[in-house]
Amino acid sequence: MSPLLQVKNVTKKYGGLTANNAISFDVAENEILSVIGPNGAGKSTLFKMIASFTPTTSGEVIYQGERISNLKPHIVARKGVVRTFQETTIFKSMTVRESVVVAQHLRAKASLAGYFWGSKTAKDDVTAFEKYADELLEFLGMSEISNEQASNLPQGSLRALGIAIGLATDPKVLLLDEPFAGMNHDETMNMVKLVRSVRDERGVTVMLVEHDMPAVMNISDRIVVLNFGEKIAEGTPSEIQSNEKVIEAYLGSVDDEIGM
Amino acid sequence: MLGFTSKQLVGVGIFLFVIFIGVPLIINATGRWDFYFTLTSVALLAIASAGVWLTFYIGRINIGQGAFALIGAYVSAILVVKAGWSFWISLPVAGLFAAVVAILIGLPILRLRGVYFAMITLVLTQVVTLTALALPITNGAKGISNIPLPSGISLLGIPILPDFAGMENTKLAFYFTACIIMVLTYAALYRLVNSRLGHLCRSMQQNEELASSIGVNIAYIRIVIFAISSFFGGLGGAMFGSIAQSVYPSSFQVADSVNFMLNCFLGGLGYVFGPMLGTLVLYFGWDLLFEFGKYQMLIYSTILIIIIRFLPNGLLSIRFDKGGDK
Ligand SMILES: Nc1ncnc2c1ncn2[C@@H]1O[C@H](COP(=O)(O)OP(=O)(O)OP(=O)(O)O)[C@@H](O)[C@H]1O
Ligand SMILES: [Mg+2]
Repeated sequence: MSPLLQVKNVTKKYGGLTANNAISFDVAENEILSVIGPNGAGKSTLFKMIASFTPTTSGEVIYQGERISNLKPHIVARKGVVRTFQETTIFKSMTVRESVVVAQHLRAKASLAGYFWGSKTAKDDVTAFEKYADELLEFLGMSEISNEQASNLPQGSLRALGIAIGLATDPKVLLLDEPFAGMNHDETMNMVKLVRSVRDERGVTVMLVEHDMPAVMNISDRIVVLNFGEKIAEGTPSEIQSNEKVIEAYLGSVDDEIGM
Repeated sequence: MLGFTSKQLVGVGIFLFVIFIGVPLIINATGRWDFYFTLTSVALLAIASAGVWLTFYIGRINIGQGAFALIGAYVSAILVVKAGWSFWISLPVAGLFAAVVAILIGLPILRLRGVYFAMITLVLTQVVTLTALALPITNGAKGISNIPLPSGISLLGIPILPDFAGMENTKLAFYFTACIIMVLTYAALYRLVNSRLGHLCRSMQQNEELASSIGVNIAYIRIVIFAISSFFGGLGGAMFGSIAQSVYPSSFQVADSVNFMLNCFLGGLGYVFGPMLGTLVLYFGWDLLFEFGKYQMLIYSTILIIIIRFLPNGLLSIRFDKGGDK
């Protein structure tokens, strides 16, 4: 079977700095693939190029046989490749539920004019959005905070809200940039379970960037390792844990962190 | 009904009663006929301000509505005087023309945010004024005067819109027309804000990056909103020209553009009906301070600063502080 998403020779240069240098790898359908590497290795940059938030300098990203790099982010999102953000990125003065409702707008059946005049289809849409929002929040264990204003949420819930918003768009590939940042051990383990059920129950292919090594080793089917913009390794968690290059270039100094 | 709560319906009912029945009764009783002109002006300025409020709603500070009001006024005047069109047809065309200009200008400038967008819009009014001075069709500094009053329209022999020239009380007719257009404008604005487009605007206002990550075509929505905003500007301007029966390059100036923006700030950016209240208060506030002569501007500005300092969410926030209603 051909891969769902292919990163092909992708390079990104910021002036003299090469943030990504000729990166290539494939992502299979229904896979959880992590991208790891030290700070500044170019992980977020890679995700931004996959979601077309920034153009590639050269190379391309292919999704279902179609190039999705160097387009507009909303077009890539409409095709089903959706990213979350490393920084806290929310709709501040919306409630959790409102955010998840608005994120479903791509599923709207009625036209904008239909909404303006309040057509039957538009009303049905809204009912469906609200119902799905409640289901999704229930699934994510966020029902209790569904009427909280986003700006009032603690850090852990903000991360979860970011994922909820991403999931509400009904993506086929979800790119999570540091989804466990700012979470304690229990919250992280809970989120690991959730991400896994997102894949298992909703058939979403997940790519994630994370610094939390135990979590990464636990959740990933495969791992891609970046260092100074270069891909230095790719493989299953156990392959990565025993990869000479990885240990030397990156993990060697943080043995404890990776739990080897 | 129509997505309104009963409390809101009562409010709307009272409002309509006041402007269409209460005000004429009071003016009749007191004989202050000049008030019709004042209130008509307020209604028309409120229409243009509604447009400015809408650009605020996508997170852009718009100090250029005077430009679009001026464009609307000229387009209507030219169509009526030079092409012999009915004013009633020229009115929507003036709005549409302003909207098309907004699309052309908006394409390059709507990428800018914050103070950069504001600065460019601030220049627009001056650009349109200078264009009106330079073009032959706008008659330069002489402007277009002697615009005839709106003529009637009838369809299949049934009069739909009256002939203003044949009326005894054109002031009342203009007042009613302005109020009807204002009510329609705000009804449309209310629907828009509470529909999907409004929710997408809100998402953009709060976080453009996140909005595009969920598939919102932010560039497109910005243009659509700016076009609608300028349509309201053109509409208000065209009505003004018709009432004044003349248009000059100075009919709308940078100061007017600033006032449209202040109307929104004062009324409250979070409330659809904010700009209407803001326009009323600012217009009358300025007039009431007339007695202070050369200190008028000083006192006016001071009061404005104090209001904006202590009521950053506008006058309507006093009433809606707890309800959080729109
Ligand atoms: N917009 C930009 N302009 C210039 N340089 C940039 C830009 N964005 C990122 N960089 C640089 O590119 C390199 C890679 O950044 P990137 O954010 O992709 O790293 P990262 O692997 O996500 O790091 P972290 O783990 O800290 O999030 C860094 O050196 C960074 O300074
Ligand atoms: Mg990063």
